[in-house]
Amino acid sequence: MPLYLALVCVGGLIGVSSLPIYKRETAGVAELIYRLCLGISALLFVAAIIPRGANALDLTLPLGLPWIGMRLHLDALTAFFLAVVNLGGATASVYAIGYGAHVSNPVRVAAFYAAFLAGMNLVVLAADAYTFLVAWEFMSLASWALVLTHHHDAENRRASYIYLLMASFGALALLMAFGVLGGVSGAYDFASIREAPRDSWQTGLVLALVLLGAGSKAGLAPLHVWLPLAHPAAPSHVSALMSGVMTKVAIYGFIRIVFDLLGPPAFWWSIEPMTFGAISAVIAILFATLQSDLKKLLAYSTIENIGVIFIGLGLSLAFKANGMLVPAAVAFSAALFHIFNHSLFKSLLFFGAGAVLTATGERNIERLGGLIHSMPKTAFLFLGGCFAIAALPPLNGFVSEWLMFQAILLSPTMPQWILKLLVPAVGVALALSAALGASCYVRAYGVAFLGRPRSDEAREAKEVDQWSLGAMSFLLGLSLTAGLLPGFFIDTISPVAKAFIGGRMPAQNEVGWLSIAPVAESRSSYNGMLVFVLIVASAWAARWLIYKYWSGATRRAPAWDCGYIEPSTATQYTGSSFAQPIRRTLGVIAFSARERLDMPLPGETRAARFSVQIQDRIFNFLYLPITSAVARISNWLNALNFLSIQEYLGLVFAALVLLLVGVAR
Amino acid sequence: MTIIFDLFAQILQMALVLLAAPLLIGFVRKVKAHLLRRQGPPIVQPWRDLLRLLRKETVLAENASWFYRAAPYFIFATTWVAASLTPTFENGLMFSWAADLIAIIALLGSARFLLALAGMDVGTSFGGIGSSREAMFGSLAEPATIMIVFTVSLVAGSTQLSEIASYMLAHSELRVSVGMALIALLIVAIAENGRVPVDNPATHLELTMVHEAMILEYSGRHLALIELASALKLLLYISLIDCMFFPWGMAPHGAGVVEMATGGVAFVFKLAVAGVLLAVFETSTAKMRVFRVPDFLGAGLMLGLLATLLVFVTRSL
Amino acid sequence: MEHLSLDIAQLLAGALVLVSFMLLYQDRLQGLINIFALHAFVLTLSVAWQAYIQHAPHLYVTAGIALIFKALVIPISLRTIIKRLRIHRTVEMIGGVGVTMLIGIFLTALSLVVMLPATASADPLAREDIAFALAIVLLGLLMMVTRRNAVSQIIGFMSLENGLILAAAGANGMPLVVEISVAFSVLIAFIIIGVFLFRIRERFDTVDLYHLDRVRGERN
Repeated sequence: MPLYLALVCVGGLIGVSSLPIYKRETAGVAELIYRLCLGISALLFVAAIIPRGANALDLTLPLGLPWIGMRLHLDALTAFFLAVVNLGGATASVYAIGYGAHVSNPVRVAAFYAAFLAGMNLVVLAADAYTFLVAWEFMSLASWALVLTHHHDAENRRASYIYLLMASFGALALLMAFGVLGGVSGAYDFASIREAPRDSWQTGLVLALVLLGAGSKAGLAPLHVWLPLAHPAAPSHVSALMSGVMTKVAIYGFIRIVFDLLGPPAFWWSIEPMTFGAISAVIAILFATLQSDLKKLLAYSTIENIGVIFIGLGLSLAFKANGMLVPAAVAFSAALFHIFNHSLFKSLLFFGAGAVLTATGERNIERLGGLIHSMPKTAFLFLGGCFAIAALPPLNGFVSEWLMFQAILLSPTMPQWILKLLVPAVGVALALSAALGASCYVRAYGVAFLGRPRSDEAREAKEVDQWSLGAMSFLLGLSLTAGLLPGFFIDTISPVAKAFIGGRMPAQNEVGWLSIAPVAESRSSYNGMLVFVLIVASAWAARWLIYKYWSGATRRAPAWDCGYIEPSTATQYTGSSFAQPIRRTLGVIAFSARERLDMPLPGETRAARFSVQIQDRIFNFLYLPITSAVARISNWLNALNFLSIQEYLGLVFAALVLLLVGVAR
Repeated sequence: MTIIFDLFAQILQMALVLLAAPLLIGFVRKVKAHLLRRQGPPIVQPWRDLLRLLRKETVLAENASWFYRAAPYFIFATTWVAASLTPTFENGLMFSWAADLIAIIALLGSARFLLALAGMDVGTSFGGIGSSREAMFGSLAEPATIMIVFTVSLVAGSTQLSEIASYMLAHSELRVSVGMALIALLIVAIAENGRVPVDNPATHLELTMVHEAMILEYSGRHLALIELASALKLLLYISLIDCMFFPWGMAPHGAGVVEMATGGVAFVFKLAVAGVLLAVFETSTAKMRVFRVPDFLGAGLMLGLLATLLVFVTRSL
Repeated sequence: MEHLSLDIAQLLAGALVLVSFMLLYQDRLQGLINIFALHAFVLTLSVAWQAYIQHAPHLYVTAGIALIFKALVIPISLRTIIKRLRIHRTVEMIGGVGVTMLIGIFLTALSLVVMLPATASADPLAREDIAFALAIVLLGLLMMVTRRNAVSQIIGFMSLENGLILAAAGANGMPLVVEISVAFSVLIAFIIIGVFLFRIRERFDTVDLYHLDRVRGERN
């Protein structure tokens, strides 16, 4: 029943996306589409959380490949991701009802938006390789069209071009992965892939290909280069969907293939996800700390979180391979919980960035400032998002990070020496990225929302509409709930862990006082609710006592600033000056940051100049050689364009003969 | 009955840390003054200052926002909660399961997050410079702390502070990794509390550029709360070191009044020792340049990582 | 008691590794020599402790040699040398301290991973000591690789030597003769290098190996 409902809803989304064909460009259409999307996403969310019993639901439609049909399924993992996708979809739709009118070409955006949602849902529901890949490509293309929304801007065109390239590359890798998985017999439905026996070189190949395919879509370093270009280029509600949800769909692909289809893991499977996850987490958050474009900053921080999730998944693989099922379930649940959490607060932050964009027309934090006065509600909600994503208690980002640390603490008993070296290194990467994340968001929030306005646009900003605020408040409320009552969410996730790991964490509702204890209470426990209550109570008590017994008198006066405050707002700390210490200490290694000071000699009249140069080393060392090689090869092959007709015929003939020789052998 | 007694012990702990923190600051100042052959203000002077600040009118900058006014209360509350969940005189406090060691460190991270943001609210360059440097120090000190936590909790088999304390009490063994973790924690504690080689708590001008620069615009009750929070933080770090490495004399869970009193005396004694050591260390070193601090903290991080690696590798080989 | 003596031995060996890291990190020549003296002193303690728990009096001699030559004579004479060369205030440029330290940590972990399984059947007293000794040797090598200054290379070499002595002391019953010869070879090497340093300085006015390479025509 839930599967039929889901199917009808996906059909509905596709129908909605074709609505503009019948109704020509009118302003109301976009809003209508978003409202419909909201309703359908809500229905799909319901379909995901209807109790289904333990077994997976299956359905075969007479579409797709003739001999297997189009297979769909709904099991615990699919249901979890369906919930994440549609929670994000529904809130983005609410936000878009208010925000969508501000983007250029609203109807086209809305149409592709619905198609994008349909694609993501279909990826999660697919139960055979063909449907999966078609849905995957559908999702990629729809999002590509959305990235191209502001196509008048050359930078956006470049972003969408790189995105298309990387998406095709990822899809190609996945296609080959499924080719290896399905084998020559062409058994491309998931059930027969699961059964098929496989050599270890085949699993190794599949693992590498999946990491390339799903990793490039999720933004795992070093395949992340498109993400910080493409995500910010789209309208903000789409950015939220791409960052908060689409990357999760890519992770779904990874989990589905590696944890489910590939059979029982060996310990070396965990090395790649953990290594690349750790690298992504640290490099990306450093980049985020140096960004001055608010949406780009958020996109880089998405890469960081994807890295964190992959670390969790890798750990879980290592535990599972060593037969340590409870720790595997802890790591897996941590990863899934982080997926859920990240989809909440990343959407919230992108909505906030969109609100700032609507109010000021600026994405550059160096031209913002003081928004807390002109947009107090957005400022409050964005602060909540920053608190959550910086992994600070009592919000939800901390809980998943905490679980991840607990999983690491369970790992020293694993016998493989490479893991003994790798896991502590991964742990320090995780801790470093969490701490840098806090600095990054102090900077983002402090420069954009606090201080004095750095431009007239920021000074005259207006609070955004009710729909946007409503969507953001809902997400913040959910983040807070997940932070205060994590046990409930972990228990909801645990059937997935049970199905895919074989073990599960102890039921959290049996732990007293709403705290969580991943293994045993004597080992570790955390109670967000109590911490929150204690903090709020003591803050309130302090205020009450001070006002009652001492002084509540307040006077406003000019800022002191050690005697004199320069009225020009340019004297404030800017984003790049805030990042200077981190750039100097860590940036030199990570991306050969160079500072150049051009100081005129005495008597010269030109102005002094200070410039900072940052290079993406991954881009320089990995991509540039490839692009130049491609350019050289294509230059070389260019000669083929200018052959005579006989020569072309000769080529065809030679190919035919070669093929015949191949068959003859 | 036991619940009431436990609750009593918890409340006693909360009151004790609150009372003792400014006295600790006063004590350190007194010892430092004596080392420099000065008389020094009385030990209760920090309390007098705090009460005076509380009575004063609060002057807010003209463009200070609601966040600026709310932040001191939450900074204080977060630090206080963290300090009252760290065992001092009695092990196994009533609420100690609410936050394990990682959560306590993260709570301090929350306080730092709020403080760094508050420094940027008025839009002065001093606030910005303080916040920026605090953010850099924090992003190195926090991973170092996490590594120390890893080491200690892997040795003790738990991240609960009370479990760690009782394990350390039961197994008095010398381990290389724990020794390294101790050195690393001392480094982190000095940096996190803005003590001498990193920052100078004695000057209250812009020269120090980190903690004092962030709170430059605060006055009256807000300033009192922030000062109290930073005193609590110092006390918290000393109790953390005590609890993880020197838990001797701590009363076990559910102990009687006499044992608690002994525990209290032991705690005060340990505080005094730590205070004297801190004062001696501070008077014998000079403050470093700001860009030497990452090296200092980096050493802490490396030590922590080395200790964790040692624990990982020596386990089950 | 058995347990505690084991703990102390490991603690001392671990401290020696730490001091090796300090050597790796220190960029001032004078500080470097002081830390090397500390290195030798910790070695002395460690060897003496081994002598005490193994009831091996000849190890006390080794400890004495380490104390007198390595902790006192060599640092003092090195200091006079660098004073006479007027390079005692030199601050060496070490590129990428962080990376070097990370490599050092990796080497330490690697030596633990390699040595602990390999010596699984050995005396528990010797196991971690040997692993730490290997780490000290590797760190000494790393220091010789990363430094350009001749004096710091000598110190790197001698810290490597210290690691060997630690291993010898831990591995129950290495003959005394070997140890003495090792100690003296170091001393001789040191004297020779000291003489060379003077010569180098007289000729080329620097002890930076970079310039020596230039003289040999390998760089230009």
